[in-house]
Amino acid sequence: MSYFRDGIVWLNDPLNWTNPGGLLDRLQEHLVITFWAVLIGCAVGLPLGIWLGHRGRGGGVVVTVANLTRALPTLALLTILPLTAIGFGKLPVILALAVFAVPPLLANAYTGLRSVDAETKEAAIGMGLSGGQLLRRVELPLSVPYIAAGLRTAVVQVVATATLATFVNGGGLGTIISAGFGLGISRGGAQIVAGGIAVVLLALLAEAVFAGVERLVTPRPLRSIRRRRSARPATTG
Amino acid sequence: MSFLSRASAPLPLAAPAGDGPGNPWFSWQYVQDNADTIMTKLGFHIGITLETVVIALLVAVPLAVLAYWIRPLTGPILALSGVLYTIPSLALLALLAPLLGATNRATVLIALVLYALLLLVRNALTGLTQVPADVKDAAAGMGYGRFGRLWHVELPLALPGIVTGLRLATVSTVALVTIGAIIGQGGLGDLIMGGFWNNFYKAEILTGTVLCVGLALVLDLALVGLGRALTPWSRRRAT
Repeated sequence: MSYFRDGIVWLNDPLNWTNPGGLLDRLQEHLVITFWAVLIGCAVGLPLGIWLGHRGRGGGVVVTVANLTRALPTLALLTILPLTAIGFGKLPVILALAVFAVPPLLANAYTGLRSVDAETKEAAIGMGLSGGQLLRRVELPLSVPYIAAGLRTAVVQVVATATLATFVNGGGLGTIISAGFGLGISRGGAQIVAGGIAVVLLALLAEAVFAGVERLVTPRPLRSIRRRRSARPATTG
Repeated sequence: MSFLSRASAPLPLAAPAGDGPGNPWFSWQYVQDNADTIMTKLGFHIGITLETVVIALLVAVPLAVLAYWIRPLTGPILALSGVLYTIPSLALLALLAPLLGATNRATVLIALVLYALLLLVRNALTGLTQVPADVKDAAAGMGYGRFGRLWHVELPLALPGIVTGLRLATVSTVALVTIGAIIGQGGLGDLIMGGFWNNFYKAEILTGTVLCVGLALVLDLALVGLGRALTPWSRRRAT
């Protein structure tokens, strides 16, 4: 466990935090990438999922998107996008990660709208609500817990995959790890472990924060119902 | 040792002359010239994927049975799997590498097994808990003991769940192996990263990517076929 102790010692050195390219800089890069990737993922995944769920079909699309992104290595998108018309920089990294944020958001929004009780919808239509009103006043409020669960999965997923941005010099906390590997195990071992610990803590923190958000936006009567997280795609690949 | 050390190495070769102008996304010339390397990487990728899935299956099924038999263990096992699954792959590699060696194939293998394990345990457990109670009663009435019932009744009925878990685990493992490129043990990921650091050699990147996605597809289809072959009763019932 001496490497673990070395990692803690590395983390305990304030210079490793405040140096240019230190933990604080990398953390900021990591959070900026994550924020934009999740935002783009929401902008694409949520309207599509809500629309498909409202129309009541398109389940095939949702499954296909989920399966395709599972088979596609993150590294492939990270390396291919900068070589297209998009060009180098933060944008290709953000777009690559956004692609992996879409499936959980899409699937959960779709499931949420589909799982609204058919009788509730009939009652709403019987009361004279139009399609748009039905969506806004009945379906969306009832599927908020699902959408929040999708957001939580997507955020944790993107925080985890943003680590891989370092493979294409995209910054983020993964850079601490890859720089450690660049030094070699004997000199960089402590840094590798420290980077690993930092990334794990950030991922667990994101999970905890968004679990709290999920709980806050779930109306009390719905909380007791069994946890309904959809199958999460690999946090990782 | 890894793509990181390439930065200091002399600049690698440019695209071969037969490629035509520019840097095409696909080049048959590249595939022909580098057939040996590509086959080696593909072989490594297939080998480590199969090894991962087999080891994970051998560990996951007993764990799922344990969680199934001893109900109080179900919650902790699933919770632990949830937390472990949140850990980013690169971080897991970072925490394992100093212990097991930075250029070691076993480092990647263990990280992959851990992720595959979690998918398999969850799905196998779901499959086991979905065995109808009256079927279990009937089996007990026929004189099956605990192990006989597990082997002859419960596991076969849980097979669809186990196969679903196998498919998920296999497809994500194929994609995940590429992360091993950070320590030069990434199979086709080595091609993808190699191409990126090799003056952005597009043909190398795309060859690695296409083979990777293709491999996931082929293995997935093979597992669908295996699942059908193992559960002939579900097909007969359907027709």
